[in-house]
Amino acid sequence: MSYLLQQAINALQLGSVYALIALGYSMVYGVLRLINFAHGDIFMVGAFLGFFAAAVMKWPFVVTLLFSMVATAALGVTIERVAYRPLRAAPRVSAVITALGVGLFLEHFTLATVGAQPRQIPRMIPLRFYPLPGDIGFSSTQAVIFGIAIVLMLALDLFVNHTLTGTAMRAISWDMRHLPLMGVPVNRIIALTFAIGSGLAAAGGILVGLAYPIIDPYMGILVGWKAFVAAVVGGIGSVRGAMIGGYILAATEVFVAAFLPSTYRDFVAFSLLLLLLVFRPTGLLGRAWAQKV
Amino acid sequence: MRSSGRLSGPAFTVVVVLAIALATALSAAAAEIPVGVNAELTGSIPVVGQSCVNAARMAVDEVNQGGGLLVGGQRYTIRLFVEDNEDKAQSAVAAAQKLYSQNSVIAMIGPNASRNAVPAADIAESERAPMITPWSTNPNTTKNKSYVFRAAFTDDFQGRVVASFARQQFKAQRAAVLYDVASEYNKGIAEVFRKSFTDLGGQVVAFETYTTGDKDFLSQLTKIRAARPEVLFLPNYYSEVPLQVQQAHLVGLNIPIIGSDSWGFPDLIKLGGADMEGLMYTTHYAPDIATPAAQAFIKRYEARYGSVPDDVAALTYDSFQLLFMALQKAGKVDRQAVRDALASIERYDGVTGTMQFRGTGDPIKSAVVIQIKDGQFKYFATATP
Repeated sequence: MSYLLQQAINALQLGSVYALIALGYSMVYGVLRLINFAHGDIFMVGAFLGFFAAAVMKWPFVVTLLFSMVATAALGVTIERVAYRPLRAAPRVSAVITALGVGLFLEHFTLATVGAQPRQIPRMIPLRFYPLPGDIGFSSTQAVIFGIAIVLMLALDLFVNHTLTGTAMRAISWDMRHLPLMGVPVNRIIALTFAIGSGLAAAGGILVGLAYPIIDPYMGILVGWKAFVAAVVGGIGSVRGAMIGGYILAATEVFVAAFLPSTYRDFVAFSLLLLLLVFRPTGLLGRAWAQKV
Repeated sequence: MRSSGRLSGPAFTVVVVLAIALATALSAAAAEIPVGVNAELTGSIPVVGQSCVNAARMAVDEVNQGGGLLVGGQRYTIRLFVEDNEDKAQSAVAAAQKLYSQNSVIAMIGPNASRNAVPAADIAESERAPMITPWSTNPNTTKNKSYVFRAAFTDDFQGRVVASFARQQFKAQRAAVLYDVASEYNKGIAEVFRKSFTDLGGQVVAFETYTTGDKDFLSQLTKIRAARPEVLFLPNYYSEVPLQVQQAHLVGLNIPIIGSDSWGFPDLIKLGGADMEGLMYTTHYAPDIATPAAQAFIKRYEARYGSVPDDVAALTYDSFQLLFMALQKAGKVDRQAVRDALASIERYDGVTGTMQFRGTGDPIKSAVVIQIKDGQFKYFATATP
């Protein structure tokens, strides 16, 4: 039983990271119908900015987190303005390919400027261990990761569902073409979507830096793919779906490794997720989109 | 001696006797033994080729300045032929062919990387000429070959060494392994370790995997902890080991953690920090190793090249000493005789430890155990399987 609980704590840590990154995929897809494959690399840039803030500037944790989120948000807005907006009227596949290109650009720009060797993010918060009854426990980093992820996700959920700007975002996802007629500044709302999504990815990068303090330019690829899968499972386009998807994916991975040979982890985890999509093709909280022919 | 077939029996004997008498009468410098080096001087790992050639020149100069090598009562100087294999399989093969047929070398040292050593070994085999690779650890380099030798241990061997070290040093009865299932090197050593540890009477209570690029190992490590092992083996690369060690400490696994020669890079300590303190891994050689012969070699190398010799340099130096020993033992400058002498070397005390060949090309030798102490790699022990 205590083994089960300890593995559940591990799943919460991993799931928080997946969920934060999945949110960015989901928001951009919800608003633009674009799968932003550069998102995993934006997350990587966020982690490197965190490395710069924490290791070079020696800023405290909160400043590091805010700096990285703001700087990465600006990067997200720039990418949208430079790479995606000119293609908004083009066939959707062009934008997806551009997104792949942007991702490769970010990887290799980091590789060329920072180098291929892995870097270590310094310990930003003191590591403490809190024992729980039954020979288990959780660490201060795990508590911070889970806490920050939950606060950010709840804030986003409130923002999207209970503010005027959030309503505009959801409106764009319904009908982008006629929305300007209602006085909605579509470009500004889309830029804001990218800013929030990228800022959350940066937060994910910093939290990864807390949990797994060794970062490298290719770290975004694997995590990016997994967060994308989490977003799809939760129902891409849905904010709550992305959160649920992130935790479900992490829990599946952790518990498969916990009770089966770990070699089967990804195989079994992704088979289960495929099976889920067979019965719910739009994901857990996804809506079916009627296509007018 | 095949080329002397044109002379008749008695005439041939006279010529040979005269030649030997003449050679002995003249200075030792009159006779030369050609030796080839096939090294990665350009391409993706030029550091390896440079270390190899540095050590080769040093070994040869030492012999020549000492008056040459005494083989069968006659003194010979060693003549070195160096070929660059560009770290490419084709070039390594071409270099081997050139050395053996054009330069008529008695033996070839190199190539170093297994990707070059494996194809070059086929040339040595078909030329029926000895080859000693200093650095290649892939079992295929010497597999089913009778003319190919190496100075390094094999990946199989290292797995056995770590297993017996874990049993002896930590008196461990229960071991756990976490390894990268997507990488051949890690997987190979992990499997040999499991088999050897079991053969030695121990029990591998957890055998967990991950794939290249993973950063979260908490689930596997929690499972490993639940299995209550007494030692954890991480045969993984220096960029991933620090995360694994930190997370092991996080889940409360406070047991000895050991590694393999993929740990041996300064980044391991830089990335892992205090968590790495006290941990140990096996490798080919330690610069601060205790044997006087090795220390003397390191001092001479440092004086000549201004840097501490790495694994490749030490193994190349040992390859040359093995060849010189075999030549003296053979008593004549003949490829077949040198090959037979190499295969029957009983004991050679080298920079990288004591080694012997029992009919195969793979040396029976010990590995060194390095311990991380005060943020530095320090020689800890010599380990035998």
